[in-house]
Amino acid sequence: MSELPSELRYLETHEWVRNEGEGIATIGITDHAQDALGDVVYVELPEVGSTVNAGEEAGVVESVKAASDIFSPVTGEVIAINEALEDAPETINDSPYGDGWFFKVKMADPAELDGLLDADGYREAAGE
Amino acid sequence: MAKRTPLYDAHLKLGAKIVDFGGWDMPLHYGSQVEEHHQVRRHAGVFDVSHMAVVDIAGSDSLPFLRHVLASDVDRLKTIGKAQYSLMLNPRGGVKDDLIVYLAGESRYRLVVNCGTAAADVEWLREQSGAFAVDIAPRPDLAILAVQGPEALARVRAVACAEAGAAIDTLSPFSAAQVGTWFIARTGYTGEDGVEIILPAEKAVDLWQRLLAVGVAPVGLGARDTLRLEAGMNLYGSDMDETTSPLTANLGWTIAWQPQDRDFIGRAALESERQAGPRQKLVGLVMEARGVLRAHQTVTCDGVAGQGEITSGTFSPTLGYSIALARVPVAFEGTAQVDIRGRQVPVTIVKPCFVRHGQAVVNQE
Repeated sequence: MSELPSELRYLETHEWVRNEGEGIATIGITDHAQDALGDVVYVELPEVGSTVNAGEEAGVVESVKAASDIFSPVTGEVIAINEALEDAPETINDSPYGDGWFFKVKMADPAELDGLLDADGYREAAGE
Repeated sequence: MAKRTPLYDAHLKLGAKIVDFGGWDMPLHYGSQVEEHHQVRRHAGVFDVSHMAVVDIAGSDSLPFLRHVLASDVDRLKTIGKAQYSLMLNPRGGVKDDLIVYLAGESRYRLVVNCGTAAADVEWLREQSGAFAVDIAPRPDLAILAVQGPEALARVRAVACAEAGAAIDTLSPFSAAQVGTWFIARTGYTGEDGVEIILPAEKAVDLWQRLLAVGVAPVGLGARDTLRLEAGMNLYGSDMDETTSPLTANLGWTIAWQPQDRDFIGRAALESERQAGPRQKLVGLVMEARGVLRAHQTVTCDGVAGQGEITSGTFSPTLGYSIALARVPVAFEGTAQVDIRGRQVPVTIVKPCFVRHGQAVVNQE
C-alpha cells in the first residue's frame, strides 16, 4: 500500500490538497498516482495569476508511459507554481507529498475542502 | 490465466511492476524505467524475453518452404549460425509478423517470433506447408534472455563456460552459435551490442541470477520499448501489422526482390505497390519543445495535403526530448506539426533512427 498522509484531502482522480491556512492550499498528485504513472518526464502547470476551478483540468503530467490530466481540487487564484519541476520532473516520483508539489491556490471558498475525500475515502475510491 | 515465464518469481522478488503483455505477465520495470534504460546504454542490462516464441523448422524442404513464406531470402544464409531479420507477409503484402531467422544446421532453421502473433504464425506456417516436407516445432521448453549494452559481452563471458566464452569472442553481429544447451546469438532490440541467449527453461533462473551477480541490471519491457524506439526499430502491432505493407513501414530493405522467380507470399502485391509508388512512408519525428509525442497523434505538414499518424512515441531518456515514428504521406519533409491535445506543436522529420551505441544520430531526412 502506498503512503497516504491523513492530514491531506484527496480527489478520486489522484490529486491531493493540503490546507496551509490563511486560505492557501497546495496541490499535488498522490504516491499511488506517481507509482502508476512511472517515471515522470514533463509537467504542464497553470499560470500564476490564472483561475482554477474545483474539479476542472488545471494541468498535465506526462510520464514515459502516459499523459494524465491534473484536476484542481479547489477553486481560486494560482499564486505559485513549482518551477523546480521543469528541470527535475522526477521529483514528483521521489517526493509526491513534499518537493513534488504542483501549485498553490488562494482559495475562493476554503469550505470546499470539507467536501473532498479523506485518506480512507481516497483509499477506497482508488481501490487500494 | 496469463502465461508466465520461468523467471516470473525472480521478477516478483526484485519488486517488478507486472503488466499484461500479449497475454503474458511481464515486468514493466523494477523501480525506474528511465534508470534501466540508462543502464543498457551505459553498462549492461538483462531482459527476460521468454514470452517470445522459438519455432524450429526442419526437414528436407526447409529451404524452399522458408523461401516461400518469408520475404527475405534464406538462401543467402550461407554459414551455420547466420541470421536475417525477416518478415512473414500475407498475400496482400501486409505484415503477419517480423522475426529473426537463423540457419541452425543442415536443412534446419530457427525462427524467433513475437508473442502476440506466435499461435497464428504457427497455424499459418502449417497451412502453407502442405506440399513441403517440413517439420514445424514450437519450442515452449526454451527461455530467452537478452543481455544488452556496451559491457554486455564482457559480463556474459564472466558467467559463461570456457567454450561459450570462446564462441562469444568470435561471434560476428547477426550470427549465432550453439554451445552445449545455450544458443547464443549476437542480436538484440536496443541499438547496443549484446547477445540473446536461448536456453532450456529450467536453466533460465540460474543464468539470470549469475548475470545479476556480476552487475548486470534487470531491465523491464518499459525500457525495452524506449531503447528500441531510440534505435529506430519497429514494434509489431504498433508500427506495422497485417494492414500495412513493408514499403510504408521502412522495411523495404528486408525484402529480397532477386532472384525474380522466387515466388514468396505477398510478392505480387508488393510488386504492384512498388511500381505504383507507395503513398506513405514511416519517418522519425523529433520534438525539442517540452511534451511527449504519443501513438495516434495526428501529423500535418504545411503545403502538403493529407495527414499522418504517430505509430510509436515516447520521451527519449538518452536525448532528453521526445521522439516518435510516424506514418505520413510521402511528400512530407522538413518540419511538420503534431496535434497534442489541441495544440499544434512543431516537430522535425528525421530518418527513423535516433540513438546507436549510446550516441545521438539524429539526421534530417
